Amino acid sequence: MSIVQALSPEIWTAVRLTIELAALTTAILLVVGTPVAWWLARSRAWWKEAVAAIVALPLVLPPTVLGFYLLVTLGPSGPGGALAGLWGARTLAFTFEGLVIGSVVYSLPFVVQPIRNAFEAMGDRPLEVAATLRASPARAFWTVAVPLARPGFLTGAVLGFAHTVGEFGVVLMIGGNVPGETKVLSVAIYDFVETLRWREANILAGGMVVFAFAVILAMTLIEKRMRRAGE
Amino acid sequence: MSSRADIEVAFKGQLGGFPLDARFAAPGHGITALFGPSGCGKTSVLRCIAGLQRLNGTCRVGGEIWQDENTFLPPHKRRVGYVFQEASLFPHMSVRSNLLYSSHGKVLPPAEGRVGFDEVIDLLGLEHLMARAPQHLSGGERQRVAIGRALLSQPRLLLMDEPLSALDRQTRDEILPFLERLHEALAIPVLYVTHDLFEVERLADELVLMRAGGVIASGPLGAIQSDTSLPLALQREAAVSLDAVVKGFDEQYGLLKLDVLGAVFLVPGRQRLEAGTRLRLRVGAGDVSIALEKPAATSILNVLPARIRSARTVDEREMILVLGLGEDGAGDGLLARITRRSWDVLGLSEGTAIHAQVKSASLASR
Repeated sequence: MSIVQALSPEIWTAVRLTIELAALTTAILLVVGTPVAWWLARSRAWWKEAVAAIVALPLVLPPTVLGFYLLVTLGPSGPGGALAGLWGARTLAFTFEGLVIGSVVYSLPFVVQPIRNAFEAMGDRPLEVAATLRASPARAFWTVAVPLARPGFLTGAVLGFAHTVGEFGVVLMIGGNVPGETKVLSVAIYDFVETLRWREANILAGGMVVFAFAVILAMTLIEKRMRRAGE
Repeated sequence: MSSRADIEVAFKGQLGGFPLDARFAAPGHGITALFGPSGCGKTSVLRCIAGLQRLNGTCRVGGEIWQDENTFLPPHKRRVGYVFQEASLFPHMSVRSNLLYSSHGKVLPPAEGRVGFDEVIDLLGLEHLMARAPQHLSGGERQRVAIGRALLSQPRLLLMDEPLSALDRQTRDEILPFLERLHEALAIPVLYVTHDLFEVERLADELVLMRAGGVIASGPLGAIQSDTSLPLALQREAAVSLDAVVKGFDEQYGLLKLDVLGAVFLVPGRQRLEAGTRLRLRVGAGDVSIALEKPAATSILNVLPARIRSARTVDEREMILVLGLGEDGAGDGLLARITRRSWDVLGLSEGTAIHAQVKSASLASR
């Protein structure tokens, strides 16, 4: 029996959905997280560490707490419900869109932190040099800061993606278990176990272990290589 | 045309722990050294001129106002070149891309008043380095690229912040000739921060003396060096730098004949230099002694008629004299450090015609 036959369409749907969610979340996080990381790295505002703490909250909070607040926010009586009303829906909870928003919040620190560190490690000097070579702040950012912070972006993207793939608590709270919409891998495993479908649970769980191992190994190797190239 | 006040700078404010109140003017050509002990605010002045740091004050360069009460141009809008103490090349770009960063990767066609790409490559000897990554350059090569990169940003003013202090002695001696060539070849004024008197004597045309956040004197190098009211002339290693022109070469003895204002020096020269070549001569105060009569027989090559312009007692033993070269004493100035006893025994006074015996004078190409 080949692997493909071993995986029921149900599993494939969950895998595809998970990858879609993680990819979209990572893309949004890079767009949203980069300015946040830049500001945290460069600002001298006294309250910036307070902002940094808020960004880092998901690291410490139980996913259920986060999920609870997200549910309230995304639900029919929260701002998410109002937003959903724009296209005639009642709520963002239990939808793919809601899941994306939740994942972005949940994985934010995993993307912001490495990028912020990379911006900080770079120091002021490269930007000062760029400025004395007539580069506008925008040009200095794109041609100097971003390339020099590349390892941070890579780490952030990989961590954001992997973390989104692995989230469970938040998904369960705000996504529920709608096949093809919100039923991602982690929830699917839970579901298979609940319904005593051990074989499917085994395949998915094993796949996740391999995936996690590959991610960490690849990241370590790439970082090592980048560091060598930078010397 | 350039005038003395082509660059006018005045900054006032609190910097970390100490107050800075620096005001000076510099000409629109040549190298003006900002000299003073570490931590006296030299680098801060340079950063303020570049706009990297902000203090209240004014900054005018060649008719452009970079800062005054109502203006503060951001650094990238100031036509400034900045060479930092560490080369600070962009590590993710080749030497060529570093050099062309300010022109967005393009080699600009030669034009009047523009620093040419080939000219810079040639002047700094960068040809063979173009494709390399900064990581694969020596310290001296990196600093040369950084200087080239700053020049190619077509600055109206080049700021150099101790560009040689991070280098070992050998590398420093390798770069100095490049700086001297730049000075000859390019018309861009340079503000050069250093705490090394050797670099001042070799490179500077003008000198701004700084101490504890303030400017204590500024003016042409020779005038500051031989101003006995300033600390420079009273130091044990006090010296004057003379701009000399090669007049001829004595093949038989390997001696260069050098013209300065009011005298001709004979200085051992390793190679024959063409007449008209400009050199810089350093004459230490301790290497000059005084004779009332022209000594009839002496091994000293340079015995030059001069007059005592001024004298100041250094301590109970010694005095420092400022001499004017030439019978009338109107030529270049020299410093001489003699004992108070000699002063009294010879019956010297200001205005006395004497012979300055110069035991040694060192050369730096210029």
